[in-house]
Amino acid sequence: MVSHLTTEAARSIAEAVPDPEVPVLTLGDLGIIRAVALSDAGVDVTITPTYSGCPAMNAIGMDISLALTQAGYGAVRIQTVLSPAWSTDWISAEGHAKLRAFGIAPPHPRGTVLPVACPHCGATNTSEIAHFGSTACKALWRCNVCREPFDHFKCH
Amino acid sequence: MSTASISLSKEPLVRFILRRADDALVLGHRLSEWCGHAPLLEEEMALANIALDHLGQARALYTYAAEVEAAGLDEDAYAYRRDPVDYLNVLLVERPNGDFAHTIVRLWLYSAFMSLWWQAMTGSKDAQLSAIAARAVKEVAYHLRHAANWLVRLGDGTAQSHQRTQMALDQLWPYAGEMFTSQPDEEDLIATGIAIDPETLRQAWLTRIMNEAAQALLKMPTAPFSQQGGRSGNHSEAMGHLLAELQFMQRTYPGAQW
Repeated sequence: MVSHLTTEAARSIAEAVPDPEVPVLTLGDLGIIRAVALSDAGVDVTITPTYSGCPAMNAIGMDISLALTQAGYGAVRIQTVLSPAWSTDWISAEGHAKLRAFGIAPPHPRGTVLPVACPHCGATNTSEIAHFGSTACKALWRCNVCREPFDHFKCH
Repeated sequence: MSTASISLSKEPLVRFILRRADDALVLGHRLSEWCGHAPLLEEEMALANIALDHLGQARALYTYAAEVEAAGLDEDAYAYRRDPVDYLNVLLVERPNGDFAHTIVRLWLYSAFMSLWWQAMTGSKDAQLSAIAARAVKEVAYHLRHAANWLVRLGDGTAQSHQRTQMALDQLWPYAGEMFTSQPDEEDLIATGIAIDPETLRQAWLTRIMNEAAQALLKMPTAPFSQQGGRSGNHSEAMGHLLAELQFMQRTYPGAQW
């Protein structure tokens, strides 16, 4: 194996892969990369699924494999580990800022009840239109001030 | 891959897992039948999302069952290559959808039970079941809230929505009791803390159901829990039709992928 193929470099590559459904976030921002380990046989990447029914999990595994293979790593094995369960608290602060800039209200810390601020105008006078949105992780909201609809990343 | 049906494992843990996986698969399939037919666009997304959560739970459970059985099977073999008599889901989840009120009342009765069941299973001595439960318990909380919100809107809605919701509750009620039954081969699993006895959840479930039914101005049915049999493979006619659709692709084109 070539010397620049380090565990740290492999981890950076895996963490830089964009989420297929919310591409503004990387897998690193999302917090689902649990472990990256190099061995003579290749590289093992351990990820934690977000939702049981998240249809993006297969795509995420393929995207990680592709990115690492293209970077010269050998066989890539993707393993999933369920425990401890992923929660939206694992999304990084940078991830929150990226979501807001993309027009998605980020999740609150679990267990807190806070108003959902409109990602467009910042107003907190907002209301939920539908509890289930365009993907499993989002709900559909509306701002009562600027009248724009927006997605809210649900606390989970 | 072969088209032949697989035979059902005798291993109690495998059967215990399959019972719950089959509940999730069959209800997920029923909910997915609403795709393109839901009364509003938002509800279309909601029902599809809830269906996906159930399919995801079923996949996690089937995958674990395959690991425990260690007979070279996978999630698809369990989902697509069993005969109706080898599915172990409760009859409640295989009932045809009926109208929207019927679908919502069924989702409410089932989710109210499963939120208690998954919560209790987070304490299972089996690490993998406990991990699956930790994720599912958060999902079912959404399903239950969604169904209970609709229950009140429909029950306390127009004369017609009230009547249809009451009729759905009366028709589905006899099926609800099967959720609280345990099977003889689960005794050891319950004693060792791997499984839980669903009977212990009955009072908490009933309290919640009575409370929310009252908010929705619905009368509690008085009929006994007379309909059961799915857990031991005695299904209604509806199950054969459901499986014919569910299994068609894999039975006709074994191992088909896309």
